[in-house]
Amino acid sequence: MLENVKSVILVLSGKGGVGKSTVSTQLALTLKERGFKVGLLDVDLCGPSVPHILNLENENIHQGTDGWVPVYLDKEQRLGVMSIGFLLKSRNDAVVWRGPKKTAMIKQFLEDVYWQDLDFLVIDTPPGTSDEHITVMENLRQIPQCSAIIVTTPQEVAIEDVRKEITFCRKTGISILGIIENMSGYQCPTCNECTNIFSSGGGKSLAEISKLQFLGCLPIDARVGKLAGQGLAAVKELPDSTTSKVLNDLVTVLAESIQNGS
Amino acid sequence: MSNIPENAPNHCPGTQSEDAGKASACAGCPNQNICASGVPAGPDPAIELIKNRLSNVKHKILVLSGKGGVGKSTLTSLLGHGLAARFPDKNIGILDADICGPSQPRMLGVRGEQVHYSGSGWSPVYVGDNLSLMSIGFLLGSPDDAVIWRGPKKNGMIKQFLSEVEWGELDYLLIDTPPGTSDEHLWGVHYVAGAGVSGTSDEHLSAVQYLSGAGLSGALVVSTPQEVALLDVRKELNFCRKLDVRVLGVVENMAVFVCPNCKSRSEVFPATTGGAAAMCEELEVPLLGALPLEPLLARAADSGHSYLQLQPPGSQTLVAMDQILDKIVAACESTS
Repeated sequence: MLENVKSVILVLSGKGGVGKSTVSTQLALTLKERGFKVGLLDVDLCGPSVPHILNLENENIHQGTDGWVPVYLDKEQRLGVMSIGFLLKSRNDAVVWRGPKKTAMIKQFLEDVYWQDLDFLVIDTPPGTSDEHITVMENLRQIPQCSAIIVTTPQEVAIEDVRKEITFCRKTGISILGIIENMSGYQCPTCNECTNIFSSGGGKSLAEISKLQFLGCLPIDARVGKLAGQGLAAVKELPDSTTSKVLNDLVTVLAESIQNGS
Repeated sequence: MSNIPENAPNHCPGTQSEDAGKASACAGCPNQNICASGVPAGPDPAIELIKNRLSNVKHKILVLSGKGGVGKSTLTSLLGHGLAARFPDKNIGILDADICGPSQPRMLGVRGEQVHYSGSGWSPVYVGDNLSLMSIGFLLGSPDDAVIWRGPKKNGMIKQFLSEVEWGELDYLLIDTPPGTSDEHLWGVHYVAGAGVSGTSDEHLSAVQYLSGAGLSGALVVSTPQEVALLDVRKELNFCRKLDVRVLGVVENMAVFVCPNCKSRSEVFPATTGGAAAMCEELEVPLLGALPLEPLLARAADSGHSYLQLQPPGSQTLVAMDQILDKIVAACESTS
């Protein structure tokens, strides 16, 4: 399984709505812009956001001889995407499944997608520490090139759930690459005053407490929010934004890790 | 053949089939054993238990959202405090059914409290004179402890919470849920709904069937304005429709942000597709109101203080909250 993938990156968070999907898609887009071959797998079965964010909502998955063919964002096939969203008939359809069925679906996603040779496979996960996560971890445990990025928002309510996710990673033996803090501050478009709507610094102190690398702060940027639905890379559209800087730094860290690994 | 229950897993062979309870699709179905045994079983004993336990609860409200981090728990705690302040003679309970990420103990300022188990069940923790809370957060040893459970174990816990908490007489029970449309939700709906039904005597535990008794006052669906969130919330509304759960209405959270410096309003999470208002119109559900994105509210949630007691002057949140409460109370009263 996934023998042709150099590095697998799990994007995790105990908390929902902290920006896992936004970070996953922007990370994948940044990697693509930097010339890597990337796969993006959305294992959030109940709330798949990736097809919408990348503007691929009406695309279909095809069954090829080697397995499911992912949906490609670009003609050069440098970014392939797989999500249950492609399998739902209507965007309003709900996946009302219990655990075992979700488990089977995720196994299929991990085993039956024909990704071809990839530099990075980014896996976007749902919130929590339950069926989906246990399944992903069980399957990825034997893959040495797998590591996790934890996304949090600064407020304590979120940090509390994220601490549980770190415990989860440690219990299941997945190495953690580091923590990203999202929604750090909001710059008023009128007066440029920065307000920490959800307080600030929570991600950094969490990284210190749990002895993990801190990968940076992404501010709340309505311009990045508006890119959702268009499939555009923040690093390309908003090259001067803090978001792009943090993403570029992160990709540099990741690029070094695969060079050292291979 | 119509012996496939409406709420069965896909590829259910049907309750009368020879493969009933034995096909691969049956794995994980809560009725697998019932089907496999070949004899029509009685009702799930838990349904009766929960029905009895919750018979003293007048209004049971599920707080749902397909999306995480939109403010379900914040809204639940605001509602709890709001109802408790508005009706000093009524009792309000909050059940935190988010097993993997319980937030209520922190938001209500009762972290680290102990719950006790007595002969009559779990005693909830009292946040105020007439506001009580039960959460799995009380049962975890350390804040780092993770609950790494698969579906069936979580269901067992929720069943226990619904059947074994000694709430006493309650006027309102607010049930805070985790994001998604999965196990917890199925069971929450299933059991709570069953609690109001008198005759529960069929072999197949059909949620739809139990719902006809309307033990559940309804669901409150929370969203934020951006399409990424609405996309998941639509699924949740569809889920309610599939299971015949009445939607009391949608609350839009984090709608506008008022800069504390220049007082200008801006959209932090842009409603590129018309926000919750457009969605509600399209799906024909009532929109109860919109709450602004307010840093003070986030602080209150973190520190466990009641936002209502902070009494921020001219707070839009309070005005909006009052209107939302009016509508919820009216909707609940109209059913009873």
